[in-house]
Amino acid sequence: MTKEEIENGTADMEIDQRELMNGDRSELNAVPDGFNANYLKVYYGKLFPHADIFKWMSYGNDGKHPGCDESYFGRREFSFTLDNDIYLRFQSFNSASQLENSIKEKCPFKIDIGPVYSVDPAKRHAYAQSGNNVFTPVEKELVFDIDMTDYDDVRYCCSGADVCLKCWTLMTIAIKVIDPALRDDFGFNHILWVYSGRRGVHCWVCDPKARRLTNEQRSSIAEYFRVYKGNENSQKKVSLTSSALHPFLLRSYKVLEEFFEGNLLSNQSLFSTEERYEKILEMIPDESITSELRGKWQDNKKSSISKENINVDRWKHVKKILKSGKQKAPGLGKCVEEIVFSFSYPRLDMEVSKHMNHLLKAPFCIHPKTGRVCVPIDPNRCEEFDPTAVPTLSKLLEEINMGGLGTDDDAEWDRTSLGKSIRFFRSSFLQPLLKSCKEEIENSYNAKLQHSKTSLTW
Amino acid sequence: MEIIGSQRRPVHIDVVPTLPLYRSAPPLEVRLEDFELYAMDRLRVLKGIADGLSRGKKSEEMKNLADHLWKANMRHPDASEVVNKDIISHFVLRLVYCRTEDLRKWFLSMETNLFRYRLLFKGPETQRALMVEFNLPYRAASNAELESVKEGLKQVAQSFGQPLAADAIFYKVPFEEVPELVAGRRVFIHKGYAYIAMNQVVSLVATQFRSHLSKALILTNRKWTSTIREQEKDRLTPIVEALCSSYLGPDYSQPREFAEISIKDIDQIAKSSFPLCMRHLFEKLREDHHLKHGGRMQLGLFLKGVGLKLEDALAFWKAEFSQRVGSERFDKEYAYSIRHNYGREGKRTDYTPYSCQKIITSAPGVGDHHGCPYRHFSEENLKAALGKMGISNRAVEDVMDKVRNRHYQLACTLTFEAVHGISCDAGINHPNQYFSDSQKVLQSKVHACALCFVPRLQEAYTLKCA
Repeated sequence: MTKEEIENGTADMEIDQRELMNGDRSELNAVPDGFNANYLKVYYGKLFPHADIFKWMSYGNDGKHPGCDESYFGRREFSFTLDNDIYLRFQSFNSASQLENSIKEKCPFKIDIGPVYSVDPAKRHAYAQSGNNVFTPVEKELVFDIDMTDYDDVRYCCSGADVCLKCWTLMTIAIKVIDPALRDDFGFNHILWVYSGRRGVHCWVCDPKARRLTNEQRSSIAEYFRVYKGNENSQKKVSLTSSALHPFLLRSYKVLEEFFEGNLLSNQSLFSTEERYEKILEMIPDESITSELRGKWQDNKKSSISKENINVDRWKHVKKILKSGKQKAPGLGKCVEEIVFSFSYPRLDMEVSKHMNHLLKAPFCIHPKTGRVCVPIDPNRCEEFDPTAVPTLSKLLEEINMGGLGTDDDAEWDRTSLGKSIRFFRSSFLQPLLKSCKEEIENSYNAKLQHSKTSLTW
Repeated sequence: MEIIGSQRRPVHIDVVPTLPLYRSAPPLEVRLEDFELYAMDRLRVLKGIADGLSRGKKSEEMKNLADHLWKANMRHPDASEVVNKDIISHFVLRLVYCRTEDLRKWFLSMETNLFRYRLLFKGPETQRALMVEFNLPYRAASNAELESVKEGLKQVAQSFGQPLAADAIFYKVPFEEVPELVAGRRVFIHKGYAYIAMNQVVSLVATQFRSHLSKALILTNRKWTSTIREQEKDRLTPIVEALCSSYLGPDYSQPREFAEISIKDIDQIAKSSFPLCMRHLFEKLREDHHLKHGGRMQLGLFLKGVGLKLEDALAFWKAEFSQRVGSERFDKEYAYSIRHNYGREGKRTDYTPYSCQKIITSAPGVGDHHGCPYRHFSEENLKAALGKMGISNRAVEDVMDKVRNRHYQLACTLTFEAVHGISCDAGINHPNQYFSDSQKVLQSKVHACALCFVPRLQEAYTLKCA
């Protein structure tokens, strides 16, 4: 080789190395999509917020104040679903490190959180003998589970396990209806909304009052939120009384109407085909009205209305006729509202909320089918949440790879996409919650002291 | 309470409450005969209430029914003894109904209903006095507080179709104290407090009553099992045990000999002898090869009551479900709960098949097929289903008439009569009763046929004779 060629060769090599360091990073660090024990090991080793979960579940009982209940955390049930569908119930831990070590060692595919029992779940058999139900749940967050498959009859963009930005609107609506009610009506403050990892959302209400609710009280709250009843065998699934609506429904309707008219109508093309508009006509119990509308729309097929307007226009027709006041048939009074409610009002899984001993997936778990992290959702900005952009396990591992050498081990999560979620979890949920728990522990401790002082004087 | 022989020494209670709260057994003496008779009279009242509820009667009708039942059964020739009878009968029935969870649940439910309807008949004075009795420290909301929530209160009143009175009194109560009102969206709630109208106070008081009685029943059960049952085994215990079973009817937890079925007969038997609710579930299961939890419970327990053995049940459900989810998933996810229903897992309770009352009051949701078709189906769907059972149009009309009046069990009874061609005087109260009555009819026809060699029903020939 000539001198020049050698020099050129070296130059090439230098360029290659620079390329390696900058442009082709993706190739070096690329982690194929997937969900498996190896990935999980890294996730639980470096990213999963063990300490935060421990702090949350302790509700201030960290032993630092004399009023703390040192047995509290140890009475909480966790359950692990391992590889091969092995299911371990009644797992309990006495410290943060026990929790962390067990998760790292067992590498569960799913972690569920259950209630706090009267005694350590590991000792439950000792108490079963007396037959007096001494082993019983005493505290559990009030939870809600909203799943997209319950809306399959009103979404046309996807079905089954699929989810897209169009139908995700239904989850946005659910949060915007339920969250204000939990705060304004029920007076709860410590509320965490979490993406379920695939096609829904969970809500954790963690106020002390909420945790101590009985099954009957939980049931009453779930019923307060229920509007949609029935199934394919019944006809009308939303039945509102003809007189005025309860203030909760009135307030919710404002949200529903906004999204129904501004979003769902077009995105779901609710009136664009005969099959679809017939579904809506079915909800109108007046033959003369439905045949009038049908006639109008069958004619319109031939006209040149652009596809975008067809849904908005036809909805306008429906509203006009139903509100025109010429109807004499009963059951038409709230028909417009019933249609809007049917298509958009939140559909809760009642059983999840009603029972204290229900086990619900922990936040920050990874969904096995999608690889996505169950990240918290900010209810004040839920319209911006995009389920298709939630970090996946493989993406996070890639980001860790890119971290390189010389980085601090402690807060690796902070340099990944998970950082934002954990910081949000801490600042908007965990810290205010712990502050309020500490206050409660102090207050009740002081009250007990006061009481014993006064009784001593007698 | 002291039970004495034939001597009678009445003791008068000094303070007569407007409605007894049954806080504690009073120091009364009761004759042995009255022990049983009073209890039976009260049981007629409770049973009548249960019956009215299962027919879907609304609050106003129930109130009147309860009053009527009370007046008819709880009188006493000696006016001063009326209250004693009330109290004694309640405490006797506590003994009878404290002994299992199902019994406690039933008694608790009916006594609370009875209390509520009686209270509704009394005026606001009594209701307020009882609030004090129950130590409900609820204060009336101040005018300032009411001002701030006035809009919401007005809207709630309007949702009942009632105007808001200018001087209406409201009680400010933590929402968790009034779960029924919250569940029905019948109150305005703000920042954790429910604003309760005077006439809703009854609900409040009834909830307290229920909670006290619930705890008392557990205590009574403990006392019964530990001392009373043994102590009284020659005197009261036999009476107590007889009182219970004579009124609740069979619960079908132990299927009788002739009702045993095997899976190869099941399609035929479903067509001929299942009530509509179970037929529907069965057909949906055959169609979809799946049922959701509510349906699995309702149909599964029914089949158990009908005599399907655990092994056969597992084979039956597996044959269907594996066509949808695969046999491995069936074994992993569904077999456990079938075994659970038969009392072979977990706390080993042998679950009893659901009665009509329980099924009627269930709430099937999206994707569910359980519940009572007479209540939960739309008219169209119900008529179609009845038509498929081979019932004449005329009979279908009669059935629909009952449905419109919310007499769901009567509708089912008429269906039974139309299908089998005979009358059913007892009325249908339980799906397993429908089944066993149906089998009785079909098999008696087989016997009759065998005797006179004339086939009446084609199906009869395919059934096994008992």
